[in-house]
Amino acid sequence: MSLINSAFKKTKNEKRPALLTYTVAGDNNKKKSLEILKSIANYADICEIGFPHNTPIADGGQIQSSAYRALKNGIKIKDVFSIVKDFKQSKQTKPVILMGYYNVIYQYGDNNFINICKKVGVDGLIVVDLPYPENKDFAKKCKKKNINFIQLVSPTTSLNRMKKIIKDSHDMVYYISMLSTTGGKLKVSPKKILERYNKIKKFNKNKNIVIGFGITEKTIASLKKADGLVVGSALCKEISKSVEKRQNPVTNVTNIVKKLRKKIS
Amino acid sequence: MKLKKKIPLIDQHDKSGFWGGKFGGNFIPETLKKPVEDLTDLFERIRYDKKFLKQRDYYFKNYIGSPTSFKKLQNLSRHLGGAQIYAKMVSEANGGAHKIYNATVHALICKLAGKKYIVGDTGAGYAGKMLSMAAKKFGLKCKIFMGIKDMKRQKPNCTAMRKNGAEIVPVYSGSQTLVDAVSECMRYWVSNCNNTHMCIGSTVGPNIFVKICGWSTAQISRELKIQIESEFQTIPKKIKLINCVGGGSSAYGFWSEFIDYDKKQIELIGVEAGGPKNSKLHAAPLTNSAKLGILHGAAAYVCQNAEGQINDTESISAGLDYPGVSPIHCLLKDTKRARYTSATDEAALNAYKLVTKLERINPSLEPCHAFAEAIKISPKLSKDTVVIVNSCGDAKKDRDILKVRLGKFK
Ligand SMILES: Cc1ncc(COP(=O)(O)O)c(C=O)c1O
Repeated sequence: MSLINSAFKKTKNEKRPALLTYTVAGDNNKKKSLEILKSIANYADICEIGFPHNTPIADGGQIQSSAYRALKNGIKIKDVFSIVKDFKQSKQTKPVILMGYYNVIYQYGDNNFINICKKVGVDGLIVVDLPYPENKDFAKKCKKKNINFIQLVSPTTSLNRMKKIIKDSHDMVYYISMLSTTGGKLKVSPKKILERYNKIKKFNKNKNIVIGFGITEKTIASLKKADGLVVGSALCKEISKSVEKRQNPVTNVTNIVKKLRKKIS
Repeated sequence: MKLKKKIPLIDQHDKSGFWGGKFGGNFIPETLKKPVEDLTDLFERIRYDKKFLKQRDYYFKNYIGSPTSFKKLQNLSRHLGGAQIYAKMVSEANGGAHKIYNATVHALICKLAGKKYIVGDTGAGYAGKMLSMAAKKFGLKCKIFMGIKDMKRQKPNCTAMRKNGAEIVPVYSGSQTLVDAVSECMRYWVSNCNNTHMCIGSTVGPNIFVKICGWSTAQISRELKIQIESEFQTIPKKIKLINCVGGGSSAYGFWSEFIDYDKKQIELIGVEAGGPKNSKLHAAPLTNSAKLGILHGAAAYVCQNAEGQINDTESISAGLDYPGVSPIHCLLKDTKRARYTSATDEAALNAYKLVTKLERINPSLEPCHAFAEAIKISPKLSKDTVVIVNSCGDAKKDRDILKVRLGKFK
């Protein structure tokens, strides 16, 4: 069983959703981002790690700031891999999902990228601008290496399309809660989001469906029924705030993740 | 890779939206799949609809002012002593540039789609100005995304946009120019696609936006073909069509009717922005053989580093200051149907000086890049060669830059 699947199995046994965190590799620098990961992994079930891109067409201000900060600090894709490798050496069973934009992968070469992901211990990949069915080949290549390719569905995805996407998905599917870039305010009621979530779930009960976009300390409890919940921008924002106030982002971000976890336990 | 004859270039893509099997496509977030599909269905339906075509032609004629004139630049030709140089005065179009064609069509589409809001990007400010005009004309609410650097250097167009009731959203991220404006506009559309239509200001972006834009600007070459035939009673044996290339909407529109001709008869020359003379930064991905990459939802040659990060660009002309280029120009390059080169800031400024001294026209800094190439090659060309430059924008917007750099504005 994949580490991603076991993580969900564990949280289901504990009768709670999995907590997925998203932070950007290299934010606010290489060393700190690794420390943040190692620390929040004590409360998070799955760690999503962003590899930064400088023209992110689906990210809001918070994640953009994190990505720009990481790039300004000179983060390269090889650094992202070394962060994952280092993280995995101390947290072998914690699933890691890399998330980013396709051009970075494309320049590296699909096969090359997937091979190195495998080598350093990446468990899953989310590629924001490689939708279904364009992602079919890439997803297949991931599967061959036992890497989860995580499909996204959104409020604009028709039921017919959703059916095909779910059918082609691996262990986990990411449901985008609303029409928004990352970091937007939750503008749809949790009830509506969960209604839609249930529809997706009906296609295949065995798939782990996580909800992301607009989830914060305030909103997380209301979506507790989902298999998993992703919090990203709220953490990136905390890193920005910590940098601004010259505080330690590791402590501050960990505190938030701790609180998030409490709210869904 | 081969071009097909008798099929518009915008339609020579495969089922996945790729030209030449690798340029273009739809690299978009899941949320945009449906709106892009809806837009594609709508456009493919109306583009052959007689009623819609009648409407388009009506507005092209009565609102945009088609046809724009075609004229010989007698003094410039004599001065350079080689080819006969002509200009297609697209800057006469309502608003002062070719961007009005795409903007008008998008506004019509927005109406048909039943959406009340329209958003767009702009660099030089022309795409934004024209969209604001069309929005006003058709009763749509309009938001324009523009890099803060461009807002400062293209003020007259910002004033025009505001006068038309559009809101300008300043973009502070990245290099604060067109590339960031397009990104921000796409992000806005991701969040608001349920009630908002997006216009992309050039032949870039996801497949359908390339097509709509190229379909719209193609009007330029339909007019030009008639004008050439009327001027020469035939299509001359040696023609060179010179056009500046930012995203490439103006160039595609200028060339589309002539792509099927042999390149020995009609040469297509695209001129990108070379940037300041000794600067490493430029906005000329085709000239400098930039690598294939993904930018704004499409695969195309793009100025980028080995890590896939998009490069900053630098050009005196905000309209050309873009690291990417249209997938259809990538195809024209790789099939060798068109030739691409670049002109520096200085060459464009010198071209402005010479052209405005000798002729009663006032081309903006973008077409001045094309004039720079015309000035460079014409002296060596035979008298029976016809060089035609698309003068696709008016220099009013460049008033401040020209004052600073040349101490004058015509
Ligand atoms: C006058 C003018 N010419 C040319 C361009 C370049 O765009 P494209 O190559 O897409 O026609 C612009 C873009 O803003 C422009 O304003």
